[in-house]
Amino acid sequence: MNNLTRKQRKMLYRILAAAALLIAVKLLPNLFPVPRWTAIPLYLISYLIIGWDVLWKAVRNILNGQVFDENFLMALATVGAFATGEYAEAVFVMLFYQTGELFQDYAVGKSRQSIAALMDIRPDTANLELEDGSLEEVDPEDVEVGSIIVVRPGERVPLDGEVAEGVSALDTAALTGESAPRDVGPGDAVISGCVNQSGLLRVKVTKPCEESTVSKILDLVENAGEKKAASENFITRFARYYTPCVVIAATALFLLPTIALALLPASAQPAFLAGTDWTGWLHRALIFLVISCPCALVISVPLSFFGGIGGASKCGILVKGSNYLETLARTETVVFDKTGTLTQGSFTVTALHPAPGVTEDALLEAAALAESWSSHPISLSLRRAWGKDLDPGRVTDVEEIAGHGVIAKVDGKAVSAGNRRLMEKEGVQWEPCDLPGTIVHVTVEERYAGHILISDLPKPEAKTLVEGLKAAGVKTTVMLTGDTEAAAKAVARELGIDEVHAQLLPADKVERVERLLAQKSSPGAALAFVGDGINDAPVLTRADIGIAMGALGSDAAIEAADVVLMDDNPAKIAAAMRISRKTLRIVKQNIWFALGVKGAVLLLGAFGVATMWEAVFADVGVAFIAILNAMRCLHVEEFNP
Amino acid sequence: MKKRFKLTDLDCANCAAKMEEAIKKIDGVHDATVSFMAQKMTVDADDARFDDIMKEIVAVCKKVEPDCIINL
Repeated sequence: MNNLTRKQRKMLYRILAAAALLIAVKLLPNLFPVPRWTAIPLYLISYLIIGWDVLWKAVRNILNGQVFDENFLMALATVGAFATGEYAEAVFVMLFYQTGELFQDYAVGKSRQSIAALMDIRPDTANLELEDGSLEEVDPEDVEVGSIIVVRPGERVPLDGEVAEGVSALDTAALTGESAPRDVGPGDAVISGCVNQSGLLRVKVTKPCEESTVSKILDLVENAGEKKAASENFITRFARYYTPCVVIAATALFLLPTIALALLPASAQPAFLAGTDWTGWLHRALIFLVISCPCALVISVPLSFFGGIGGASKCGILVKGSNYLETLARTETVVFDKTGTLTQGSFTVTALHPAPGVTEDALLEAAALAESWSSHPISLSLRRAWGKDLDPGRVTDVEEIAGHGVIAKVDGKAVSAGNRRLMEKEGVQWEPCDLPGTIVHVTVEERYAGHILISDLPKPEAKTLVEGLKAAGVKTTVMLTGDTEAAAKAVARELGIDEVHAQLLPADKVERVERLLAQKSSPGAALAFVGDGINDAPVLTRADIGIAMGALGSDAAIEAADVVLMDDNPAKIAAAMRISRKTLRIVKQNIWFALGVKGAVLLLGAFGVATMWEAVFADVGVAFIAILNAMRCLHVEEFNP
Repeated sequence: MKKRFKLTDLDCANCAAKMEEAIKKIDGVHDATVSFMAQKMTVDADDARFDDIMKEIVAVCKKVEPDCIINL
């Protein structure tokens, strides 16, 4: 009761008053011997209590040239019932209609609220630090870039920035759906929308409010409804023809038999007219009018999509429009970019193969020291594998040879670390390695010291990905990479990917995807491309649906993709597919359910079997059930990996 | 130019669809969406005549759903 709006509560009182009066009028003749005609004004009063606004809106809309609206139809149906002497039924129908509308209004309001609550991740205030060190609570929109804000434990970060002081753990669940907290310290970037869990943070603002992550995400989700799905457009088009058609059918249903009854002599009348009179046909026509509103469909289809998009965003999956949710559900081929999507994108030392007489430690130390001046990812991985502190003072005469490797003096000894080409250049006898990956050969004082294998490991979550995708209905998985054939095949085998195309330049990837698009089994099947959004924007846009992952804080990815995964967990791709399929399933259920019930009642009504009751159920009852069904789209936690 | 407006008391989904259709027919409007769910309206129309177009939009919306208010 308490969470009804004022408008809803007023309607509730009207319903109760009209219902009480109706019962009283029904019971009155049993208690007092009153003349029968007294009931008519009482029925009329209760009818007006419950239906005055419908009548008023109907008149107003006709004056505005809006003929086929539901108020007009309900008014016509109930006034018609009154005219044919069905007083109680007229009041009942109006009562039932208004109750249904109230329920519908309430359910839609509720679902809108719960979706809005999902998105309530934008804080209303920021604690701005003033020059004298005191704090002032201000609107995040008024905070300028470069100023310092304070985020206390338990508060949400209002703006994107960089930690100036303090250490804490941030809960990114609202953005990524991921419950593991992220540790931050001075110099680290913090993203708006995260909740500060433990320590006090002083944050230097790096982006104005409208450009901060949380604003962008909210904007995206709230406006996702603008890009409509084909089924939504279908329903709108359908609604445009449905109502006039049913009204014309209703008119015909009344006029044709009535004219036939009036003109034909009783003996010449066809069998179905025998024993009927014009009021009976009018009654049937009125039933048609009650069913003619397409509301159940018009509400429940967008609501389902809205719920699906809301539910997905709760899992850290941003879908930029209902149309993309629909395409996602039709996806049969998923094309992955390897690095950063399926693999960690950072190189790890996976094997050490020293030459005879050299220890593993000596091999790694020499390589790590020689590469200690370089910022190449391979050098970083060597230093990480070494783990101990390196004294850069031990390294002199460093020379980087592009495409080959590094030559340097370590403790005065000549060390070279690089690929095959470097070894050949130096004229050193090197040994091949049969494991896939990048190989760093090392020489010390012009003698071969062995090689180090560096590979890009698959993400742990990627291992169940293909299985998850296949379960969600994907038929083919394809991997594209600029990496070597051997390294690509090794990853593909480990993850169970169907098709691999290696050694591709970025431009080749677009061409590959175009070729795959041309190979699609049917025009309805869609192709999705998954990338990290950094340098694959052309491919993301070319595919039927572009999915960018690890997009938290990356504007380029959010721009280019149709679906954005907030973190870099590939299992979310399967989750996105399942959410989309569930949403589409519910949309279809609602369409068939609403059309089925309406069709059945229309048919029954035409044969005079259905009453006004069934008709009202087919209108508001169906809408109510369809709304409840649509709300299931919001519950997608089960898919969150 | 594309602009978004909040709507108050947009009570029926079918009316939202009708409003959208009516707005799209106005001369100078490139595209329009009325979202019943978000209670929002997005209008993409000619820059130069935007204010005049908005007046027309308010008028057609009044016809379809007199209770709905466009928060300009």
